[in-house]
Amino acid sequence: MILVVAEQRDGRLNRVSWETVTAAQATAGGEPIVVVVPGGDVGAAVEEIAEADVARVLAVEHPALDAYTPDAYTAALAGVVSQTSPSLILLPHTYRTRDFAPMLAARLRKPLITDVTSIAGTGAEATFTRPMFQGKLVAEVRPVGSPPFLVAVQIGAYRADAVRRGGAAARDRMTVAIDAGAVRQTPEAPFQEARQAVDLGQAERIVSVGRGIKSKDNLAIAEQLARALGAELAASRPICDNGWLPMERQIGSSGQTVAPKLYVALGISGAIQHLVGMKGSRTIVAINKDADAPIFEVADYGIVGDLFEVVPAIVAELEKG
Amino acid sequence: MKIAVCIKQVPTREWQPRLDDRGTWIREGDASYEMNEPDAYALEEALRLRERHGGEVVVCSAGPSRVQQVLREALARGADRALHVESDALAASDAHAVASALAPAMSDEGFDLVLTGLQSDDQGHAQMGVVLAERLGIPHSTIIMEAEVQGGAAGAAPARIRVKRELEGGWFQWVSMSLPALLTIQSGINQLRYATLKGIMAAKKKEIRTVALAGPPEAWQQIVSLSLPVKGKQTRLIAGSPADVAKALVASLRDEARVL
Repeated sequence: MILVVAEQRDGRLNRVSWETVTAAQATAGGEPIVVVVPGGDVGAAVEEIAEADVARVLAVEHPALDAYTPDAYTAALAGVVSQTSPSLILLPHTYRTRDFAPMLAARLRKPLITDVTSIAGTGAEATFTRPMFQGKLVAEVRPVGSPPFLVAVQIGAYRADAVRRGGAAARDRMTVAIDAGAVRQTPEAPFQEARQAVDLGQAERIVSVGRGIKSKDNLAIAEQLARALGAELAASRPICDNGWLPMERQIGSSGQTVAPKLYVALGISGAIQHLVGMKGSRTIVAINKDADAPIFEVADYGIVGDLFEVVPAIVAELEKG
Repeated sequence: MKIAVCIKQVPTREWQPRLDDRGTWIREGDASYEMNEPDAYALEEALRLRERHGGEVVVCSAGPSRVQQVLREALARGADRALHVESDALAASDAHAVASALAPAMSDEGFDLVLTGLQSDDQGHAQMGVVLAERLGIPHSTIIMEAEVQGGAAGAAPARIRVKRELEGGWFQWVSMSLPALLTIQSGINQLRYATLKGIMAAKKKEIRTVALAGPPEAWQQIVSLSLPVKGKQTRLIAGSPADVAKALVASLRDEARVL
């Protein structure tokens, strides 16, 4: 049996849960798939995910799961695993999964493999592909020991719209015990820092800068290109960390996810946290001095060279009309 | 307050990947190393908490003897002393092996707060801190953007820590918990300080306590193969002088991709 842990917040299913079901369908090889939805009130999320071609959808409701904490989630899911004996436990590799899944794995004394981009083979015999060294290398890994194995699937690695639908999934509930004293974190309500002034998701063209821009003063070069292209300016995480551009212009897993017609990456190496935020763009141009930079794996047009020479030349070419 | 910071030594950003003969790990002899950048932010946060609340900062690392380079670097930036769990067998180990190696050595110290970066730039499991918290039996919170210590004065309520977690898509959340606790720190939480000459001199006199790893590393996963990524997309590489490259690119974007 393959267990999928779906993610919901305030009763709304996180779309990435579909991707995880797609991954489970690809690797189940005849084993039944059970989707578990933990939370305070998960009825609507259960009904939604039950449209997938899976054997069973399990609601795991408890007041302690209403506001997320890693302690309550670990206690609940450890209970589910002991009652269901899966061979694989698949989760979407979200920030929430990063927060509780290593604890769950340590509690179960079972291996967790994170950031998985593809799965070869089926069930407990599967081999997992994941990036290492910031995407410079790809590793095939096998978990050590006996199942169940926990697997966190990278966002975007499997397609939500490729999920097989069935509609015949059984709806079930499972009761779990969560000792109130076992929940050590006191969470407050999530909030957004400021209304995002720029919605990069609506931009048709984006010029994005990374570490290769070297200094804040050099941003002018990127701004000129953005103006000439009619593009919005954006950046990878380190640029915003340095305060060179506001956080609201950050593309990647901790920032915005975009899919413009044109995405121009200047001096961006292409760490996976950045790629997940932009690889859906229609046309990607990468300009980087390092020919081995992972950004070239997703680029349609690649220029290996000095952006400080190439970008002004592109601006001049565009201005010729 | 007694603060531990777990730091990892990783290949430098400029390092070009080279594989060993078996194709299951990198050629270590060809790599030069530096402090994992996310851990540098954790160290900086620890130094700032010590400036506000007093106490000491102990940097901890598990690995072969070469990791003393980054421990020494952390001492030069201002950490008070270092703990090194040493074994050559830890050179390529996963997050669980590292956490299992550090936990027994660290539990003897009775730290109030343990900080580490949210993930490493080498294997990048993003698990070590959370597994370590479970092994130490303390609560944790991850991807932290701000941390404030509350209470803890003599006779007052026991100290708690209130932290700002980063969620996805521009959302945040405050979470509080009792100390001792473990936090994984998000990069960009602060501005890093670098070692001064005075710091480098002082670091030479600071203690690095070395503990041998008892038993083989407790790995969770085995690397079957490592390889260079295969392109998922046909990339058209445009080469030539800047002017030629610009001309070819603009023509392609206009006539082929039709995005201008």
